Amino acid sequence: MSLDLTRREFLQGAGAAGALTLAPGVFLYAKDPKVPVTDAVRWGLLVDTRLCQEDCDACVTACNEEHNLEDLGRPETDAQWIRKLTVRDPLGGRTISLPMMCQHCEHPPCVDVCPTGASFRRVDGIVLVDKHTCIGCRYCMMACPYKARSFIHENLTEQLPHAPRGKGCVESCTMCVHKVDAGENTTACAEACHKDGHQAILFGDLNDPDSEISKRIREFGATQIRADLGLNTGVRYQNL
Amino acid sequence: MSIASIRYATLDAGRSYWGLLAMLAGVTLVGLAGFLHLEHEGHWITGMNNQVVWGIPHVFAVFLIVAASGALNVASIASVFGQGAYKPLARLSGLLAAGLLIGGLVILVLDLGRPDRLIVAMTYYNFKSIFAWNIFLYTGLLAVIAIYMFVLFQPAFARWTRAAGILALLWRLILTTGTGAIFGFLVARQGYDAAIMAPLFIIMSFSFGTAVFLLVLAAACHGSGRVLGDALLFRLKNLLTVFVSAVLYFVLAYHITNLYATEHHGYEAFILNFESLYSKLFWLGQVGLGSLLPLALFYSPKTRNCRVSTLVGASLVILGGLIQMYVIIIGGQAYPLVLFPGMEESSSFYDGVVASYIPSIWEFLLGFTGVAISLIVVVAGLGALGILPEDLSDPKPAS
Repeated sequence: MSLDLTRREFLQGAGAAGALTLAPGVFLYAKDPKVPVTDAVRWGLLVDTRLCQEDCDACVTACNEEHNLEDLGRPETDAQWIRKLTVRDPLGGRTISLPMMCQHCEHPPCVDVCPTGASFRRVDGIVLVDKHTCIGCRYCMMACPYKARSFIHENLTEQLPHAPRGKGCVESCTMCVHKVDAGENTTACAEACHKDGHQAILFGDLNDPDSEISKRIREFGATQIRADLGLNTGVRYQNL
Repeated sequence: MSIASIRYATLDAGRSYWGLLAMLAGVTLVGLAGFLHLEHEGHWITGMNNQVVWGIPHVFAVFLIVAASGALNVASIASVFGQGAYKPLARLSGLLAAGLLIGGLVILVLDLGRPDRLIVAMTYYNFKSIFAWNIFLYTGLLAVIAIYMFVLFQPAFARWTRAAGILALLWRLILTTGTGAIFGFLVARQGYDAAIMAPLFIIMSFSFGTAVFLLVLAAACHGSGRVLGDALLFRLKNLLTVFVSAVLYFVLAYHITNLYATEHHGYEAFILNFESLYSKLFWLGQVGLGSLLPLALFYSPKTRNCRVSTLVGASLVILGGLIQMYVIIIGGQAYPLVLFPGMEESSSFYDGVVASYIPSIWEFLLGFTGVAISLIVVVAGLGALGILPEDLSDPKPAS
């Protein structure tokens, strides 16, 4: 039985709605736990690089605040769930800026290589790390084609209930799963980008043909980064 | 030589024996103290970071595990292929393999972000992960070695020696395939993602394991006052010569293949152009010191029958092997991940640049701990069990 099934059944069995503390660091969210995660939806993000400003890092700041990712002054070991990447074409010099984070692959290499199954993919497309079974081997970091994961190199304090983190475990973008499960239908990065007026990041259901994200992809097309790997990413880019 | 006619004896537990064990225990204790500090502080005190996630501990651990597989060469040649000259050494072959494997595994566990969750690693399995498979292969090899040693020690089970030897041979070939596949399966990394990693690691195991075996055998004989005959020593040296040459061949095939594909030219330049640290380590350490110099010592008419040259050559093979592991493991990570082929990338997360990695003392302590534990197993085994034959001198010519 897969880990996410076990968890889902556990949540179903718990039966209580609202923010209930099960154990230190383990919470039930406002989402009705009797409604399991379903593959009827596939959550995804669409990034329009034309709208992404090189000097703007609102998405990064918002993610850091949402999950309390601190700047410890050690850039080589500090966690980054989302980063601004500058890509320059040496032929002609065209430069684009884009946010890079976990691409929430349908066939995630991190999930394939994880020895304990701590790296897992929910059926709604969100790739997560179970912090209770991650042993900190870092093989997922070796396998991720997007360098999307960070290892926690030090003791942490003041973690947020919706973003359990700890020394010795690997973590990455959760596509704000706490917001998704709370029915907010957005992520911190998309929200911040929208608030700053750029609207470069759009969150939505890739399976729903009537969702805004699906309409935009249908109309203008979208690209996967390292599409050659055949991972079917949940994060797509326009105007690369 | 029939097995029944071989007389084995334990090492004399004199002052030098206990002194050696005490020294190894001291190294282990210092290493474990370093581990406790690392465990308390977290990995930020090491040279490892979010770009180079596997460091010196993995260099030592993978080397020891690969060498463990190769240390069984002598056992395989004796028990599977029936070479009588190696039969007296089969027990040492098994003991050394077990020791090296245990030392390597200890390092891997101590370097985990959550070593306290070892029980999780033993109870939760994702069978698509080659890492999970390797957990079974590594612990399984210890069990296979135990069976093999039991058969060797019990004359009543002597007829099972070949079967146990075949099991050990197959198991270690699969194990080393699995270890190479850890890197071969990394589809997105320029330096890995190559099927040749598995056979490359197999042949590396043959080379490193034989070199370690040769040195341990010579040291054990020297320490216990036994005569190690030239015939046996040079026979091992000749075997090592073949393996060192074969490793060079596989390395050549790996780079030639990569050089044919334009997409790999960046990585190949990184390893071959003699500008990066990794390139210098490759040419001077892995190829020069670790391969060509030993081959020159082993082949040259002036040195090929010299015992000291043989021991120096084997030592160089081990040094070169560690450097080769460093180039593969660290170099492969230091080279920037290519997200947009043909484009220039930059970010706050070190995209598009060679990642820095400066090994820390804490990492070396973990590595030394693994080596010390390996040697403790071997020395304790030699002292407690009849592992080493009493007589390893050259057979006297018939009068």
